Parts: sequence; structure tokens; C-alpha cells
Amino acid sequence: MAAHLSYGRVNLNILREAARKELREFLDKCAGSKAIVWDEYLTGPFGLIAQYSLLKEHEVEKMFTLKRGRLPSADVKNIIFFVRPRLELMDIIAENVFSEDKMHSSRDFHILFVPRRSMLCEQRLKEQGVLGSFINIDEYILDLIPYDGDLLSMEYESAFRECYLENDQTSLYHTAKGLMTLQALYGTIPQIYGKGECARHVANMMLRMKREFAGSQNQILPVFDTLLLLDRNVDLLTPLATQLTYEGLIDEIYGINNGYVKLPPEKFAQKKQGEASKDLPTEPKKLQLNSAEELYAEIRDKNFNAVGAALSKKAKIISAAFEERHNAKTVGEIKQFVSQLPHMQAARSSLANHTSIAELIKDITTSEAFFDNLTVEQEFMTGVDTDKVNTYIEDCIAQKDPLIKILRLVCMQSVCNNGLKQKVLDYYKREILQTYGYEHILTLNNLEKGGLLKLQTSSRNNYPTIRKTLKLWMEDANEQNPNDISYVYSGYAPLSIRLTQVLARPGWRSIEEVLKMLPGPHFEERQQLPAGLHKKRQQGENRTTLVFFLGGVTYAEIAALRFLSQMEDSGMEYIIATTKLINGTTWIKSLMDRPESQAP
Amino acid sequence: MAFITASWNPLGEAFYRKTELYDMCWSLKDGLRDSLVAAAPYGGPIALLREPHRRSPSSRPQLEIYSASGLSIASFPWKSGPVVQLGWTVSDELLCIQEDGSVLIYDLFGSFKRHFSMGQEVVQSQVVQAKVFHSPYGTGVAIVTGSSRFTLATNIDDLKLRRLPEVPGLQGAPSCWAVLTQDRQTKVLLSNGPDLYVVDNTSCTAVVPPGLSPQVGSIVHMCVSFSYKYLALFTDSGHLWTGSSNLQEKFSEVDTKVRTPPKQMVWCRRPKSQQPSVVCMWDRLLLVAGVCNDTIQFPVDDQCVCVGELDGVRIISSTHQELLQEVPLVCQDIFKIASMAPGALLLEAHREYEKSSQKADEYLREIKEQSMLGEAVRQCVEAAGHEYDTNTQKALLRAASFGKCFLTDFSPDSFVSTCRELRVLNAVREPSVGLPLTHTQFKQMTLQVLIDRLVYRQFYPLAIEICRFLKIPDYQGVSRVLKHWASCKVQQKDLSDEAIARAVCLKVGDSPGVSYSHIAAKAYECGRTELAIKLLDFEARSGEQVPLLLKMKRSQLALSKAVESGDTDLVYTVVSYLKNEMNRGDFFMTLRNQPVALSLYRQFCKLQEQDTLKDLFNQDDDHQELANYYVSASYREKRLETRLSVLQSAVDEYNKAKNDFAAKVTEDEMKLLRFQRKLDDEKGAGLLGLSLQATMEALLALGLHKQAEQLYRDFKVPDKRYWWLKLKSLAEKEEWEELEKFSKSKKSPIGYLAFVEVCMKSHNKHEATKYVSKVTPEQKVKAHLAVGDLEGAADAAIERRNESEMAAVLSRCSASDRLLMDRLNRAKASTAKK
Repeated sequence: MAAHLSYGRVNLNILREAARKELREFLDKCAGSKAIVWDEYLTGPFGLIAQYSLLKEHEVEKMFTLKRGRLPSADVKNIIFFVRPRLELMDIIAENVFSEDKMHSSRDFHILFVPRRSMLCEQRLKEQGVLGSFINIDEYILDLIPYDGDLLSMEYESAFRECYLENDQTSLYHTAKGLMTLQALYGTIPQIYGKGECARHVANMMLRMKREFAGSQNQILPVFDTLLLLDRNVDLLTPLATQLTYEGLIDEIYGINNGYVKLPPEKFAQKKQGEASKDLPTEPKKLQLNSAEELYAEIRDKNFNAVGAALSKKAKIISAAFEERHNAKTVGEIKQFVSQLPHMQAARSSLANHTSIAELIKDITTSEAFFDNLTVEQEFMTGVDTDKVNTYIEDCIAQKDPLIKILRLVCMQSVCNNGLKQKVLDYYKREILQTYGYEHILTLNNLEKGGLLKLQTSSRNNYPTIRKTLKLWMEDANEQNPNDISYVYSGYAPLSIRLTQVLARPGWRSIEEVLKMLPGPHFEERQQLPAGLHKKRQQGENRTTLVFFLGGVTYAEIAALRFLSQMEDSGMEYIIATTKLINGTTWIKSLMDRPESQAP
Repeated sequence: MAFITASWNPLGEAFYRKTELYDMCWSLKDGLRDSLVAAAPYGGPIALLREPHRRSPSSRPQLEIYSASGLSIASFPWKSGPVVQLGWTVSDELLCIQEDGSVLIYDLFGSFKRHFSMGQEVVQSQVVQAKVFHSPYGTGVAIVTGSSRFTLATNIDDLKLRRLPEVPGLQGAPSCWAVLTQDRQTKVLLSNGPDLYVVDNTSCTAVVPPGLSPQVGSIVHMCVSFSYKYLALFTDSGHLWTGSSNLQEKFSEVDTKVRTPPKQMVWCRRPKSQQPSVVCMWDRLLLVAGVCNDTIQFPVDDQCVCVGELDGVRIISSTHQELLQEVPLVCQDIFKIASMAPGALLLEAHREYEKSSQKADEYLREIKEQSMLGEAVRQCVEAAGHEYDTNTQKALLRAASFGKCFLTDFSPDSFVSTCRELRVLNAVREPSVGLPLTHTQFKQMTLQVLIDRLVYRQFYPLAIEICRFLKIPDYQGVSRVLKHWASCKVQQKDLSDEAIARAVCLKVGDSPGVSYSHIAAKAYECGRTELAIKLLDFEARSGEQVPLLLKMKRSQLALSKAVESGDTDLVYTVVSYLKNEMNRGDFFMTLRNQPVALSLYRQFCKLQEQDTLKDLFNQDDDHQELANYYVSASYREKRLETRLSVLQSAVDEYNKAKNDFAAKVTEDEMKLLRFQRKLDDEKGAGLLGLSLQATMEALLALGLHKQAEQLYRDFKVPDKRYWWLKLKSLAEKEEWEELEKFSKSKKSPIGYLAFVEVCMKSHNKHEATKYVSKVTPEQKVKAHLAVGDLEGAADAAIERRNESEMAAVLSRCSASDRLLMDRLNRAKASTAKK
């Protein structure tokens, strides 16, 4: 089911198995038949841990979505609420419980908090007078969820906002806890590097927790050599830029959620179904995207411009493979051919799917709007006219393009210019408020608080220095056969990944100056290993680094890290962890404030 | 050593031996006469109460507590009422059962812990006899009162008194009785003259032991074995009946020829006993009566106390302590005279070997010929465990080690563990420690419990030594000892807080698994709050410190510790505690000093208590946030007037925050709202809530050009955006003349290509063409292409000699445009040349 998790350098299936075990143990605590009431947000992440079959094995007979009013009837002994610890959800649960009591009385209630139980929520249930109705109140510590063979995410949507806008470090506590769990399964990570306030905070908590757990030291040979903690606010630029890898573009355009993407169905219509295919399917086509699919694993991280060639190459290979049948003469040969058929058919349908997706994306990437937008982004990244009001942005506002697009561009300009001049900043802000409504003043405030939008203080713009020192812009990015990470943005090398790259070789000491320009402290910590657990490295054996992005990471950045892992002479393999998989749009969205939605 | 069998006495097939455990360290003036004595099994402590019935207040009896070796642990005058019985609990606490039915509990060091009563009615009828017993549930107490009623408490830690039913015909105390635990039930077996009864919770049943001689008059003494499985009854005819305690089976009946009831009677067995026996003691005689009808008699010249153990009986006199036990089979095999058991031969072989005699080889050969060497080693190792004398232990272990040399694949585990365990046992058997445990008892008790007992007796260094020696993980070993030590240390009243804190920190350091908060809690229990706070400082887990700090009402400290831990839920816990405890002003002040807590509380308020949020900002003079608060609050207001007034508050706050821009745009917002309402009222335009841009759009759509114009001027809308807006609006409404007029009103800030494109979007090529000529040269080609004028585009491109533009035109050409393409290609080529 999750074999792809174990193919990587680090077998992340261990983590998944540990999570599954805990889930089973909880389910068995509630003896008898069960119905689960889901906090809808959790179903996605849970799907990556356990399919329905596992739940069924443990007598889960019904599943509902948590909503107000009365629970649907189900002839089960136990009702289990799977919820995030949020006050508003507690109110709904209380309502469910209340209306339930009048109907039956024999059903047992349980709550499973994910990822942690919360005093506030329990108090709220108590205030509502239902706390006593629950037989079990438990927590399911699901901090890091394995997404792929080299990718872990906490799917903690509001992490960046909480950390930088609200000074709420709950997500960082969960991060530290998650890393402790990881170390319990994969051994103590001897070296910790970090950059940024949040990184520092997480490292401090980890070291503290290590002290607290001292004595129960695990005796596992460390799998990870290094942990690198990176604050998202060290590199605000990267997520704002449009990702140009295949996977990145799918995410930018259609949005990937918990490993699934929903696509417009037209291109996926079965062509065989007669000439008069009257009605096209209206349901969006849902596809799972991960490295379990061979073709996808191959092309996901390519620059989109190289995907076409890869697909046609693959098409040739597949049709050649099908042609083989003509050469199969003997019974043995035919048998062998037939045995390969399922694999080939899967490959063919995978190819068909991705060809369709590529066509969909191509329609967009070849549009003038996409091109213009990209041109402006690249101008900003290369430092062209970042200190003036940009005509393209002005035009976009005049055309009432989506607000998030505008915000992405304005923020990008601000970041690339180390802040905007008062006049420019006020001009943009006024334009946005007049065009999209004054309520967005709150959002603009948030962006300023988060540092995405800021006033240029008298100090000079240091972005060009950073760009030059870290070689963030590569004129000759090779999209087809990349030799540098800059291919993921067709020229721009993500700052976060450059930092990671430099750390591996030649080390951060070489870029002290630049590190000082970036926000937050940078640091190095060592964790003592128990005697006898020091790795004896084989000649030529790669080191493994866990890179943890606090506040989110984009698919393009992941692609860049995978590229570094695959480089022959890098000597380093990367496993990626993050609070949330993001792109510029979802990121900005998480920072927006909509007063209407707060209305009671 | 050579005469090891000298102390053996045959009993049936087996042997019994007495092993000297201690010369008692105590010096008792009057011996054990006239005293209540209680000695706990497993080498437990001894409690002694002299003359318990002396009631004169002038000379109170003395209660003394000794270790098993007779070292004084505590001694104090008994000030409470007359004591009927003393007894020890499984956790080494002393129970003193008084005549009035109250039971006082003391710890090993004689400090009073607590008391409980065996029932109100007992106060009247008085306790006549009492027994302390142990069951799987813990330690129990049974009493019989002057009115012949039994009351039981099966577990004193979970006190549930059970009054047993009346026994028919019983007057005063029964002649003898015992407590049985069977089938998870506790019962009393008692004899009243010739009758024997079993009394349980609900009923009293008369029973007859199978095969008891008919000439028996009455049963005068009885005892139950350590395991409650076996029963012995002593009759007035001097017969000792033994059988199973469920009275289903008889083992034997021995005529002891002594008619007087014994003073004490105890079962003496061991696991896998070959020849269990009952030890009966009279003033001058100790009789071991085996089930085989055989007996051994020992003279007694001093008052003694017998303590039944798992594997024998300890006999404590005023001067000595001995262990009477059946010689374990393996020891018999090895030491029995002329034994040919492999172990015996191996021991002999090793003895000869040490004498450098070749006989060693002969013995070894003999064992090896029978391929019994492994067995021989095993016997020697096992026997060593059973021996109390260290020289014998050594001799056996050396022999085992010698034998091992000739074996290739013999697991050394049992040898190594026995060596280790014996070292530990020898250490705790030292009189200074005084735990005379046998190996069998030790195994039953487990190492964990032994360490606990040592810790309880405050032998901390020895306990640590043992933990280290046996390589117990710190978590379960050394740390646990240190934890107990520290908890005890904080109770030392003669030391200053500072000194204790330092001492604790020095010893405990950061030993894994020692919880400073646990130690601090102990200190707090003893009323040493300051010390508790000092100790909490050493606690690495901030989270652990919080509950105690809250308990000690150090809420500020609790808050900062909670913040330190990073656990936000913990911070919330403290915050909500503070919120209830403090008045609002103090609460806010406290939060102010803890920004993390403050932010979390703000978060909470944002979701739950909007008004508090406002107060918080107010208190901090955070005008910017306060203004933002008003802005978002304004959207919750239904009525425009209130909305405007809330926005005015926002403006005021923005001004105070010196955020001119925000103040200005918020004023703009109010202006817009007022404008929208006015027009809505006048024209029903439905504008309220629209953005400025959308408002102008709507106005233009409604044909209210003047009003749109007014907004454009009042709000200083940039020309460009306004032109775009008007352009699109006019095109949409197809007011082409108006559009043309507008295009001529002044020079277009957005150029004229926009006009072309917008017209084309409305599919009006005719109008679009009008503007092509006005387009700047740079955009000419694009404009021509937009209207589909390839010729024009080509001309413009060629004129501008711009290669990429020519290419753009070419790409739009179809096959029918042959001529044009040729022309372009030629121009391109010539441009390229240059």
C-alpha cells in the first residue's frame, strides 16, 4: 500500500507503521462496533496513514463528517470523534452529543484529538456539560506524516501565520515533538544546523526535550547525519515565484492536496466510448500523485519545458514494448509477454494521464498572461526596476486580476528590493484598497507584519549582494539537462536550497556575511551519541540530511533538493520535512484576513 | 567446611539443619520474656513492646524497633492504649493493634503515619486477640472481640471492615484460630473445644478434619503454612495433625508425647520440599515434626520467637538468630557422606586439584564418563546459592568454575548471575545491614523490592553500589535510589534550604529519570516552600514544574516555566488558571510581562472574547492593533451609523499610532460609504459595500458619469486605472461615439493599443481600426495584428526593421499570404545582414 515510502534512503514506512500501530491500539481501546465522526480537514492526512480497510478491520462500520445537529443514525456501540483541538469543533461535538442522548442512550462516545489534546478544548466541553459523556479522551500524536519516500509534512496550515503574525509557537512545539518521535525511530541526529528565530526555538526545545528524556536514550544507529532547520522567513522570495517544475505547476494551477489533484475532466474523457460522446464527465478527475507511479517519479521534478520530451520518449518505449508481441513466437515468450502486460498497461494509462495533464498545463504556460507575469517576476528577481511602480502590476490591478496574484507580485517586488519606498508602497496599497475593497487593509497589515511587504528603511538594498553571493540568478539555466538547481524556476535558484547546498559544501562559514543579512540567528548544535553508535562510514557512502522548512516548502524547492541528492558528486542525500506543503497562492491566502468570515 | 553435615539432622528421608544467622547485636535485659514481639518475614525488622499490659502511666512500656540483626532502629515510650498485637505490613510498616480496636501505623523509624479503627463496637467489647496476615491483596488484620465476634480487614490500604457471622456456642476467645486465604476469599478457621469451624463472610460452617483420631478432645493450637496451603492442628492429646488447609486431605498425625499446647507452632517447608514439617515450641523444647512421623528435638534454653519464612523458620532468641530449614536436595546430594552425585565428585575433584593430586583427574574422568559434568557444574552453582557460609560458597563456585573449564558449550549465565547475586546477598546479610535473606527468598522478592527495602532503610550508598554492580539501567536503578534519597533529604529539619538544595543538586546532578519536581513536591509537603522553589529550578522539564508551582501559588513563576517549556497548551492551562485567580488588572499586568502568553491569550480572545481583546490592546496602548480591531469590528455592524462610528474610532487609533496612511484610507472608506449611501438613497444604485473601483464601474454602467467622475477626482484615482475603467465600460455599453470623444479628451495615459484591443474584444473591428493610427510606433505592429491587418503590420515591422516583430507577423501569415511572406523574409534577411 505504501511501498513507495520504503524505497528511499530512509525508510519512512517505519514512521507510518508506528502511526498505524498507535491508531490500532486506540481503536481497540473502544471495544465493539464503531462509527468515526471526522473533522473533515483530517481525512486527507489520515488517508496517508491508514485506508478504510484498516479501520474496517477494527470494527469501524460507519464514517461521518462532523457537522452541526444530530448524528446520523448508525447501529454501533461506539461513536469516535476524530478532531483537531479547536474550540469551534468542540461546540459542534457538544451539539451532537446533546441531540444524541435523547435518541439512544447506549452508545459510547470517545474523542481522539489530533495531533494533541488540549486543555482549552476539554474545558470547553466541560463548560458545555458534555465532558463526562466521553469514555475515552485521547490524543493521536500525528506530527509528521509521510508523504513520499523522502517527504514528511505536518500539514499544519497556519504555522507561518501563527509564528510570524500571532507569536503563537504551538506549531514549533509540535515540530520539536515530531522531531523527537523521528529520533526515537531513526536515532539521534548528531548535528543540528539552523537559520532563523523559529529554527532556534525548535532546536532549543529539542535539546531541552533530549535532556528531559535523558536516560531513556535510544540505541538506534542514527539514520540522519544532519538536521537543517530553516525558517520560511529567511527566504520569503522563493514561494512567491511561480514554480516551473511539472509538479510545481500542477500545484500552482490545480492545487495538490494530501497527494491528490483534482483536474478538469474534459481531457480525460474516454475516447473509445462511441463517437457520440454526448455528455462529458462533469466530476473532476481525481488523481493520486506520488513516487509509486514510475512515470510521475521520473518527470515530476523536471522543468516543465523538459516534460514533453520525456513523455514522448516514454511513449516510444511503451509502444515498442507492445510491439514486442509480434516477436513473441514461442509459448514461453508469449507467456513472458503476458506476464508483463499489467505493468505495461499501467504504464500506458499513466502516460495517457500525464499527457493530458501536460496539455492542460501547456495551454496555460503558453498564454500571454502567463508569459507576461513570468517576465515581471524574473525582472524582479534579477533586480530590474524594483524601486519603481511596475506598469504590469498597475495594469493587472486595473484589469482586476485576482487579488492574490497582485499580492504575490507586489510582495515579490518588495522582497527583491528589501522593502519599497514609502511612495511606491502607499501607491500599491491604495490601488489595492480602492480596487479590491478597504477590508483588505487587514491583509496588507498582515503582510507587513510578516515582512513580505515592507517599507524600505534607509539602509541599502542588500538583495543584490545576496543574489550575487549565493548565485541566485543563473543566466544559462539548462532546463532540459540541468546542471544547477536554478532550473526549477528557469533561472532563479531558490535561496533556501542554496543555503542547504552551501552548508553541505563548503560550509556556512564561507557565507557569514550573507547569513548576517538574512533575518534570525544561524547556529550549530551537536547532540551527543551514546558510545558505540558512531557511524563507521563506508568509502563513498552518502551522508543524509533532514531539511526541515518551518512555515512551508514548495514543490519546486523539493525538486531542487532531489536534484541535489541525485547529483553524483554531492555526497549528500536529502529528506525533506515541513510544516506544510505550500505554493505562493496558498501561502498568501493563509495570511489574508477576511472580516466577513469572522462574523459570528 | 569439612563438617558441613555435622549440623544436619535426619528427618525421614531428608535432613534439617540450623544455620546461625547472627549473634544478635542488641542487649536485652530481660530477654524476650513478657514482650510482644513481631518480626517480619524476608529478613524484615523486629518490633518489641515490653510489658504491653502495664497500664500505670508512670512507667510507660517502651516500643523498640530493631533490624533483623538486632541493631536498634528506633525506640520510644508507648503513650497510647494497651496493645494486643504487633505486626508488620508488606511494606515494612508497623501495625499496633490496641485493645480498643484502633490500629496505629508507624514507619520503620518509629514515626507515626496514620491510624484506623476496626469498628465502633470494638471499643466496647475490646479486642481479645488479633492477627496480622498477608494476602495477595496486601496486609490484613483480623481481630476477635470479647463478645466473640471476628472482624476482618483484608487490605489495610483499602480499608473495608467485614464483620463475620457469629460462631454458635463460642464464649470469649476461641481456643485457637487462624486466618486462611483461599479462592480469593479470606476466612477464619477456629476451634472451640472439640469443634472446628470455618467462618467466611456469610456463614459459619462446622468442619471435621479428615482422619483426626477419635480420642481427640479439643484442638489447642493451629497454624497455616506460608502459602496458606497447609494446615497443622495440635490436640490436647498431644497429637499433631497435618493436612491441606481446605481440609480435604490428611498428611499425617504425629504423637508428640507432649500434652501441653505449644507456645508457638510454625510450618517449616521449602519449595519442592521433600519432607515438610511443623515446628512446635515449648518453653524448653523445640520439636520438628515431619509429615513422615519422624521428629527432631532441640533443647531450648531461652525464650525464642519463630518466624515462618518461604523456605524455613527463623528462630530468634535474645542472643542468637538461626535459620532452621530442610537441607535443599542439591546440597544433600553434594554434601551427604559418601555421595556419588556428580556435584559431589566435582567438588572432590577440585579439592584434589588444589592439592595438586592426580586424583583430581580420576574424579573428573568418572564424571565425564557418565557425561555428567554439566550437571555437576549446575549442582555446584545451585548449591552455592543455598549456602550461607561464604567459604562454602567459594568452594562450590570454584569447583563449578573448575568444572566449566572442561566443558565447551556451557552457558556461563547461571554461574555469573549466581556469583553476582551472592555478593549482593552477602552484603545485605552483614549485621550492619541486617537482611538475612536466603537465595530462594531473594528470587521470590525480586531485586527491585530488595533495592526498595534498602532505600527504605536508608542504605542509599549500598543500594547505589548494588545497582551499579548489577548494571541495572540508571532509570530503574541509581536514579530511583537518588530520588528516594533526595525526598528524604529535604525532610532534614536541621539543614538550611540552601544547604539541602546544594546537597541534592550535587548528588543528583542530572541523573536521568530523577524528577526534581517530585523532590520539590516532597519538600512542599513538608512545608518547605522556599526549598521546593529552589529545587524546581533544577528540573529540566519545565512542564513538570508547572503544576507544583500553581499549587504553591507561584503563578508568575508557573507562567514563565510554562512559556519556557514551549508547550502552548500548558501556557493556556496556566493562563486560564490565572484568569480565575487574579483580578483583571493584575491578570493583564502578569500577561504583559510574558509576551508569549499574552499572544496566546490574544489568540484565544480573538476567537472567544472580542471585548477582552479590545481591553488588552487598550491596556498596552497598542493603537495599531486597536485600530485593526475596530476595522474588523466595523464589518460586524449591521447599521451604517454604528459602522461609521466604529471606523471613526479606527481612524483615531491609526492617528495615535502615527499610521497616516491607514488613517487616511480609513477616512476614504468612510467617505465612500457615505457617498454610496447617498446614491443608494437617491437612485437606488445598490452600491453599499462595493469597492471604490466597483462603485465607479457600477456608476458608469448606470450612466452616472458625473458621479463617477466625482469619485475619480475625490479619491485621486490614477488616470491610468480610470481610463481603463471608462474605456471598458463604454465599450461594453457600445457607446462608440462617447468612446471616441473620451479618447480625444486628452492624451491617453494607457496608450491607444488598449483602445484597439478593447474594441476588438467587443468585436468591433471598425471602431478598433480608428485607433490603430494613434498607437505608438513600438506597439504599431501589435495593433495592426490585433485588427487582423497583416499588411499594415508588415509595413510597420519593416519600417521599424525589427526582426522579432517581422517574425511575429510571419507566424500569423497563412499560405495565401505568399507575397507578404516573401516581402517579410527579404526584409528580415536584409535586416539580419546589417
